[in-house]
Amino acid sequence: MKVELQNLTKIFPSRNKKSNEEVVAVSDFNLTIPDGKLVGLLGPSGCGKSTTLYMISGLQKPTAGKIFFGDEDVTELSPENRGIGLVFQNYALYPHMTVKQNILFPLQNLKGADKMTKEQMHERAYKAARLVQIDELMDRKPSELSGGQQQRVAIARALVKMPRVLLLDEPLSNLDARLRLQTREEIRRIQKETGITTIFVTHDQEEAMSISDVIVVMKLGVVQQVGKPQEIYDNPINLFVAKFLGTPPINVFDGKVKDGALYIGEEKVLDVGKVNDGRVFVGVRPEGFVPAEDGALTCKLSNVEVMGRDVSIVSSNKAMLSQTIRSIVDADYKISVGAEYVKFNLKPHKVFLFDEYTEERIYFGSQSAPTPIDEEM
Amino acid sequence: MANAKEKVKGWFIEGFVKTFIVAWIWQTFCVKWVWQTFCVKWFWKAFCVNILYKKFDSYKAWLYLSPAIILLLIFTVWPIFNTLRMAFWERYNMLQEIGGTLKFKLGFKNFVDVINYPRFIQCLKNTLLLCVLTVPLSTILALVIAVCLNSIKPLSRFLQTIFFLPYVTNSIAIGMVFEAMFNIVGYKTPEASVGIINTVIGFFGIEPINWINQGSAYWANITVLVIYIVWNALPFKILILLGGLQSVNKQYYEAAKVDSTPRLRVFTRITVPLLSPMIAYVVITGFIGGFKEYSSIVGIFGEDMQAVGGESLNTMVGYIYDSLARNQQGRASAAALILFGIIFIVTMINLGVSKKKTHY
Repeated sequence: MKVELQNLTKIFPSRNKKSNEEVVAVSDFNLTIPDGKLVGLLGPSGCGKSTTLYMISGLQKPTAGKIFFGDEDVTELSPENRGIGLVFQNYALYPHMTVKQNILFPLQNLKGADKMTKEQMHERAYKAARLVQIDELMDRKPSELSGGQQQRVAIARALVKMPRVLLLDEPLSNLDARLRLQTREEIRRIQKETGITTIFVTHDQEEAMSISDVIVVMKLGVVQQVGKPQEIYDNPINLFVAKFLGTPPINVFDGKVKDGALYIGEEKVLDVGKVNDGRVFVGVRPEGFVPAEDGALTCKLSNVEVMGRDVSIVSSNKAMLSQTIRSIVDADYKISVGAEYVKFNLKPHKVFLFDEYTEERIYFGSQSAPTPIDEEM
Repeated sequence: MANAKEKVKGWFIEGFVKTFIVAWIWQTFCVKWVWQTFCVKWFWKAFCVNILYKKFDSYKAWLYLSPAIILLLIFTVWPIFNTLRMAFWERYNMLQEIGGTLKFKLGFKNFVDVINYPRFIQCLKNTLLLCVLTVPLSTILALVIAVCLNSIKPLSRFLQTIFFLPYVTNSIAIGMVFEAMFNIVGYKTPEASVGIINTVIGFFGIEPINWINQGSAYWANITVLVIYIVWNALPFKILILLGGLQSVNKQYYEAAKVDSTPRLRVFTRITVPLLSPMIAYVVITGFIGGFKEYSSIVGIFGEDMQAVGGESLNTMVGYIYDSLARNQQGRASAAALILFGIIFIVTMINLGVSKKKTHY
């Protein structure tokens, strides 16, 4: 099912009745999600991503804007009529029911033409359980399951009534690190197998990057960038997006452009062509550094971490704005032990310039603004 | 010698512990809640601390404990012993005991007498009837009211206070108000003046009913009592259930909403199971309270505990009280033990059922 959000806005009234301060949780959200895609809403806490999800689910009413499922306007529909499956952050499994009863519960609510016989319900429940691989746990209570198993039961319960859209609220945040990796693969697999349009919320960029078809980066209720994970990583639209995606994070320098050349500190590091002179923020991805004897950027070496496949060089520079400069270079490169300084050349396509005031991206050379996602993808 | 001393100490402790376990159970039924909440709590605390820290020699500890111990010994421990003693003494009479030398035969005559006494059977019937009618009714009503109170925002504080009022009001006073409400002056005479209840049901075209006056029917009396007892028992139950409701995670309801669950099903399949520990507690305490019903009947029907010319509405506790008043301590004690037995069995059944049905 295609999901379309048009100018979606949510404003919460102020708690303090005297002041008229309002909290804008989501502001003017526009997004079209093609059928059968896995979409990650990504942003720091308090950026309105959960609110957006709850508005899509219908548990919260938008202040303005419209929501379409396919061509149907569902903005005024209550959650039960939207045909959505929702997985809560803490799963909200009914503790007094067995796994089977939990999964059967949504089916037993069906009325009228959708009403099913007991056999049909069991068949559907077991089908959903098999899909998430919990069919052997059907007679247990939720308290007798591990976090990952509970998570799967919650997904099965959401899937069993064949929702048009599946919504997951921070699906992995209650799991430990190992289980998280495993479960996110699982979510991806389930989504692929069912082909249900799925929207999930996360604050973990790695999680979003690894399984989403499309990522929506949000900040303070405003959508920053929408795109495929790799595209957003390679071509961030502003400093916030650049900083938010990527581990290790992007290295940010204070720089300036003068006569078509980019300077970090006093050093000229790149030719940038037609860019207006002035101060800029320079973002360089860790893999954008190339150590070289005659490198343009000189950094004070503080540590070299060997990680097998590649080497992480931790260094510092006067013009840097992050804590340290962390660059990842090929393990073939042998750095001379005891060296005090290391020199880098920069890969132009891994260097991003941002306006000093608006923090918007400045494109130079062969760089160009990202194209909006097309509906077919 | 040291060994013997240890042994005696052991007996002492064991005896004390057993006594107080019995006392603990007993006073739940016999003594007013003031005793329960204050004396026993303090005493238990101090007693346990004493044992744990082995400060038996410390006179200070005993000094601090003494008010509670003395009060408990006089008003809880001694009555329990005395009840047991008197229940099994045949032909016991307090005056004879004071006189001194008479020895009493041990036996079950008191129990046989009590059970064979028709008035006691009537009391038992009244008590059981009231219990069976009021406990489910008040629990269901309390549940419904608690759910309603929980789901409304405006005035909820105010309404909570209203519903809690009976709890802090004297039951005899309420009984008298009920009497006035149900009373009919000059029944079946032209100048009859009916109470407010009859006036209200008159609006629906129902003839005034003789609830509590001379010649009133047994079912009418019981109806009045049930209304009174249910109303009086509501606040405590609402309080407990409301507390339980407020601790239920809201997400269960959101999940149910997403799954388009009808309201009634949300109530029966989610709210009630999640509240089951509180419901079990309310039912058990309700039954215990129901078996001890007494003051409500006195409040409405006076000390005769019956409508003039009507069937006796006396209860078990009332019977015990009457027997004592007639200087039949043996029978009273035997009846008290029977009541204890009934409450004990009912509570055990309740616990057994709730263990199966309750989700913790």
